[in-house]
Amino acid sequence: MNRIIQWIDERLPIVQAYEKHLSKYYAPKNFNFLYFFGSLSLFVLINQIITGIWLTMSYNPTAEGAFASVEYIMRDVEYGWLLRYLHSTGASAFFVVVYLHMFRGLMYGSYKKPRELVWIFGMTIYLCLMAEAFLGYLLPWGQMSYWGAQVIVSLFGAIPVIGDGLTQWIRGDYLISGITLNRFFALHVIALPIVILGLVVLHLLALHEVGSNNPDGIEIKKKTDEYGRPLDGIPFHPYYTVHDLVALVIFLFVFCVVVFYFPEMGGYFIEKPNFEPANPLKTPEHIAPVWYFTPFYAMLRAVTIPFLGLSAKFWGVVVMGAAIAILFVLPWLDRSPVKSIRYKGWLSKIWLAIFAVSFVILGICGALPANEQPDWLAPLCTVLYFAFFILMPWYSKFEKTKPVPERVTG
Amino acid sequence: MKQLLIRLMFMMLPVTAWAAGGAGVALDSFDVDIHDKASLQRGVQLYTNYCLGCHSLGHSRYERVANDLGIPNELYEQNLIFTGAKIGELMHSAMPATEAAAWFGTPPPDLTLVARLRGADWLYTYLRAFYQDERRPWGVNNSIFPDVGMPHVLVGLQGMCAEEPKFGKPTIDPLTGQILEGAGCQKYVYQGSMTPAEYDRAMKDLVNFLVYVGEPSRLQAERIAPYVLGFLVILFVFVYLLNREYWKDVH
Repeated sequence: MNRIIQWIDERLPIVQAYEKHLSKYYAPKNFNFLYFFGSLSLFVLINQIITGIWLTMSYNPTAEGAFASVEYIMRDVEYGWLLRYLHSTGASAFFVVVYLHMFRGLMYGSYKKPRELVWIFGMTIYLCLMAEAFLGYLLPWGQMSYWGAQVIVSLFGAIPVIGDGLTQWIRGDYLISGITLNRFFALHVIALPIVILGLVVLHLLALHEVGSNNPDGIEIKKKTDEYGRPLDGIPFHPYYTVHDLVALVIFLFVFCVVVFYFPEMGGYFIEKPNFEPANPLKTPEHIAPVWYFTPFYAMLRAVTIPFLGLSAKFWGVVVMGAAIAILFVLPWLDRSPVKSIRYKGWLSKIWLAIFAVSFVILGICGALPANEQPDWLAPLCTVLYFAFFILMPWYSKFEKTKPVPERVTG
Repeated sequence: MKQLLIRLMFMMLPVTAWAAGGAGVALDSFDVDIHDKASLQRGVQLYTNYCLGCHSLGHSRYERVANDLGIPNELYEQNLIFTGAKIGELMHSAMPATEAAAWFGTPPPDLTLVARLRGADWLYTYLRAFYQDERRPWGVNNSIFPDVGMPHVLVGLQGMCAEEPKFGKPTIDPLTGQILEGAGCQKYVYQGSMTPAEYDRAMKDLVNFLVYVGEPSRLQAERIAPYVLGFLVILFVFVYLLNREYWKDVH
């Protein structure tokens, strides 16, 4: 065994890679439960790829055959229902763990210098993930697949001058059709997974270059022993591999309960209108995106006033795009001398809470029909969402912070 | 903030119930039990005799239904396949789609997934909501699907309801104890072969079957789920102890 490893190592630095990323990657010893969601995201990604490969074996990407082939998978393919529910539940689970992972970053300032690139790669993964989820949602070719895609693709039509041509180019047709389904399938199973995998590698390489942050927001590399090992660090393997394993089993338990007992999750993971095949002549009463898009959908609908001769829809799209774009520049908006929320002042704490609550309320607003909510609620939460970022350079700079300890606290 | 988040999560719970509801019509509900084989067998019998002529179960196969419901294949072939189809085939109706569209205005939809689309309560109420209405081409209307294109196929069983039935929680006159509104049909133009209670039970069987056929994998899923979850619980003990062993030396 050792000779084989030696033989390979002389030709490919596997031992060095193993040490750099696992056995000698020193992670802070004070990670709390919020630090599980990074490795869980990786696990869900692998789940999506493996179940996706098997689904592709039986799926038929044509307008005529797509819907029936999904039911074929559900009934005639051995354990096809399990593969499909693992994939559909996995999509929602991915966003659950990614949202928690991102919120962890916000809380403990993991985006701040020197981890700007880690954050930007992560945000790009999130962006690709949204595209991947959107493209995949068309594939079952149900009513909500069809009309959801119709609504989202038509958003590009709000762009002045080139809008109409652009939407036609994206669809490859005058309306969502089998041609659109074919290209979405290609993008969903090849193009975006490759990009996402590449970005995940970059995300991890960038992280391992600078080292992990921690709930105290202290750089553990500043205090090392005589061998240059961080005093507050422990090797990722075995300490965090066994730690993450515990989290993985707990996660899997919850995940399997959903997969086996509540795969539709009350219409939030699989929407009810999607049990009817796509029909271009019949618009569903209430078109709602899947839950993980609803905050942005609410922002889109929140803008109702035309401005500068451009339609309200255009500005809605701008607001929605800006809501994601502003996350990319977050590392340069935060001027606080400390990283972690633990040592920031009360203004930062209040704003983070306002941000989180606004985001959740926007999510609820986006899922409900427009006439079943107060019409000021979504616009207010949109303003608060942006205020969190736009005011950050001031409140993070001028607030009184607490002294940061030298070493990590439990 | 944690508390606030928890509260917001609870605020979302009624939304879940609402999402399953539909257009806000009061519905009767019943306890679906797809493990009740006798009920499912009565359901498939009703479906085959009264529904399958027009409504395909085009994603489902006869053989799967026979096996899941514990009906011997030969018995099923002899009594429950009218189209000459082989037992391994999909359950298509005998009606050609183009002519069906001419007869009914729209072809009768495939009902394989109707229980997942509409929900069991909706179906259970819908099937009991037909009433006489001479303005409609078939002389019947439906109180929860107004101006439906479907005739009252089960009129021989239920009888013809004289006035628009109401459902959901019944309103009862507190003085006389009379039912004012709700609780289904109160007055019949003519009786069917079943009493109202028998008809309700038959519709429960039929809807039970439709729920089963919408997701036959549910039977398998619920059979293996305890083993999967049990395995994870045992695995948890081991990974927990493993983790504790390693983390002993971290101070």
